[in-house]
Amino acid sequence: MSAHVLQLDHVSKRFAIGGFFSRQKLQAVNDVSFTLSADRPEIFAVVGESGSGKSTIANMILGTELPSSGELRFDGRDIATLRSRRDREAFIAKVQPVFQNPFEAFNPLTRIDEYLFATARRFKAARSFDQKQHLADEALQRVGLSLAEIRGRFPHELSGGQLQRVAVARALIPEPKLIVADEPVSMIDASLRMSIVNLFRGLRDELKVSIVYITHDLATAYYIADRIIIMRKGVVVEQGQTRAVLDNPTHPYSIALKNAVLPPDPAQASAIIRARETHMHLP
Amino acid sequence: MPALTIDRLKAYYVNEHFGLKREVRAVDDISLVVRRNEIYGLAGESSSGKTSLIKTLAGAIRPPMRVIDGSVRFNFGGESVDVYRQPDRMRQARWRHLSYIMQGSMNVLNPVRRVKHSFRDFAFRHMDPNRDFQDRVVEHLRRLQLAPGVLEAYPHQLSGGMRQRLTIALATICEPEFIVADEPTTALDVLVQQDVLALIKEVQRRLRSSVVFVTHDMSVHAAITDRLGVMYAGRLVEEGPTARIFAEPQHPYTAHLIASLPRIGDARIRRSLPGKPPALSDPPSGCRFHPRCPLAIARCIKEVPEMLPSATGGRVACHRAGEAEVT
Repeated sequence: MSAHVLQLDHVSKRFAIGGFFSRQKLQAVNDVSFTLSADRPEIFAVVGESGSGKSTIANMILGTELPSSGELRFDGRDIATLRSRRDREAFIAKVQPVFQNPFEAFNPLTRIDEYLFATARRFKAARSFDQKQHLADEALQRVGLSLAEIRGRFPHELSGGQLQRVAVARALIPEPKLIVADEPVSMIDASLRMSIVNLFRGLRDELKVSIVYITHDLATAYYIADRIIIMRKGVVVEQGQTRAVLDNPTHPYSIALKNAVLPPDPAQASAIIRARETHMHLP
Repeated sequence: MPALTIDRLKAYYVNEHFGLKREVRAVDDISLVVRRNEIYGLAGESSSGKTSLIKTLAGAIRPPMRVIDGSVRFNFGGESVDVYRQPDRMRQARWRHLSYIMQGSMNVLNPVRRVKHSFRDFAFRHMDPNRDFQDRVVEHLRRLQLAPGVLEAYPHQLSGGMRQRLTIALATICEPEFIVADEPTTALDVLVQQDVLALIKEVQRRLRSSVVFVTHDMSVHAAITDRLGVMYAGRLVEEGPTARIFAEPQHPYTAHLIASLPRIGDARIRRSLPGKPPALSDPPSGCRFHPRCPLAIARCIKEVPEMLPSATGGRVACHRAGEAEVT
C-alpha cells in the first residue's frame, strides 16, 4: 500500500496537430505535479477555461491518454505499465469516471438499469440476477434513488439531475478509490445542481472516495473542493487550499478568473459590467 | 405604450395519435409587459417553457406547437403589430424591428461562407438601399470595436467569443427596437462572458431598445437585467425589479434558486430541493411547484394561484407569497 492514491510527477502531454506538412506541436499539459493522499480522501478541483488542459488531465488519470513525459502513478504503480488485461480491469474498477452530459453518456436506446447490471457483472463478478440487483440497488440508495424508481427506464424518462445520480451510482458499484468527474454539474439544472454537488461531499465523507473535480466554475469549486489547481494553457498557475487560494489569489490569471465570476448580487454584478463598458467607449 | 404586451398567452404542443390527444402546456396563461428601453430577464430551468415563450412571442413556432389562446402585441415605432393576427406586418418587421441573438453562434453564421455573406443574407433587404451596404456594415462593426477584417474570415477561423460578438453585431445592425437574446453567453468562457454582456448592455443603451434576455444563470440576470420574470413548469411564478427580487424573493421557488447559488467567500452548506421539475404533459394540480415546495399547504394542491401584486413592486403567483426565507 502506497501513501498516495494518485501521484502526478512532472506530467506533460503534447499533441501533434495539423497535416503532414503543417504539423505543429500543441502542449496541452505542461509539467503538472500533484498527489492525493490515500488516508485522507479529498475533493481536488482542477479549474481552468477551455483549452487549459483540464480535460486532458482527466483523460490521463483515467488511463485513456498516456502522458508524453512524466509519470502518473495510481496506488504507487505507473499507469503506463498496466499492460495485462487483469491489471487494466483492476485499475478501471478503482478509477471511475463521471462525465459532463449524462444524456450523452447513456445510450438513449439502452435501459439505464442495464448499465448498472453490466458494471456489477464485469467488476464485481455478479453472476446471478439477484446479486446484480442487490449491487445496483445498494449503489442507487447511496445517491438517493432506488432500483424500483429506475427499473426499465430509458434515459429520456429521467431528469438530468437524476441521470447524473445514476451515473454516479454506476461509478460506485466497483467500489472505486478515485472518481474523476469532468464538469459533472455544468449541464444540470439550477434547482438540481446542488444535490449533485452535495452528493460528492457525501461520497468523500462517508465512502472515503477521493474525487478529482474538473470544472470552470470557481463558485462550486470554492463550495466543495479541499484543494485546487488553477490551470492556464496547460500550466498550473496557482495551487493550494481552495479557500486560501480563492480568498487571496496571487497570480494575475487567478485574480482575473476570480474577478470574472459574476456574484449573484445585482448591485455588485451590474457594477462589474458597467466597469467593462466604460473602457469600450462606444460613440 | 409598452414595447411588448403579452396577454393571457397559451401555446401548447398538441399531438394527436389515433384519436388520442396529448397536450404539452409549454406556455400556460402568461401575461407580461416589456417596457421601452429595458432589459427584461427570463429565468427558469430547462423545460420550464422559457424558450417556448420567446419562440411564441417572436411568431417563430411550428406545428405541433400551436397558440391556443391570448395575444402578443409589439409596438414598432408607435404602431401596434399583433404577431398572430397580422403575419404580413410581422414579416416586414423581422430583423428591422425585431431581431435575435442566439446561443450557438455557429447556427447563425453560415459555416461555409465568409462572415460578410452572412451579414448580406440577414440584413441586406432590411436596410436603406440608397446607402452602400458594405460601408454600413463596416461602420457598425467599428462602433462595436470589432475590426472590419473579420468580415473576410470564415466562422471556424474565429474564436467563440468573437463569433458571439459578430452575432450581436448582426442582430443590431438594423438598430431594432426589440431584441430577443436566448442564452447568448452560456457557451462562453467566463472571461469572455463579461465582455459579451457589456457589449449587449452598451448596444441596448445606445439604441434604447427593449431586450428579452433568457438564461438559466441567475448571476447573469443579476448583472444586466432591469426586471426579472421567473418561470416554472410553463408558468410565470414571479416578476419584479431584479434588485428587489434578489433582495426579497417572494416565491419559494425564486427564494430557493437564489439561496442555492454558491458564492466565493461563503462555503455554508446549501440545501437542494427534493424531486424534479414536472413533466409539462402531466403537470401537478393547483400550484405546479407544490410537490417540491417546503411551504405547501392543502390549498396549494387544489387552487391555482393567481398572479397578484407583490410586496416588492412586482407580481407573484403563490398562496404563501413572501413567507419564504433566503438562508
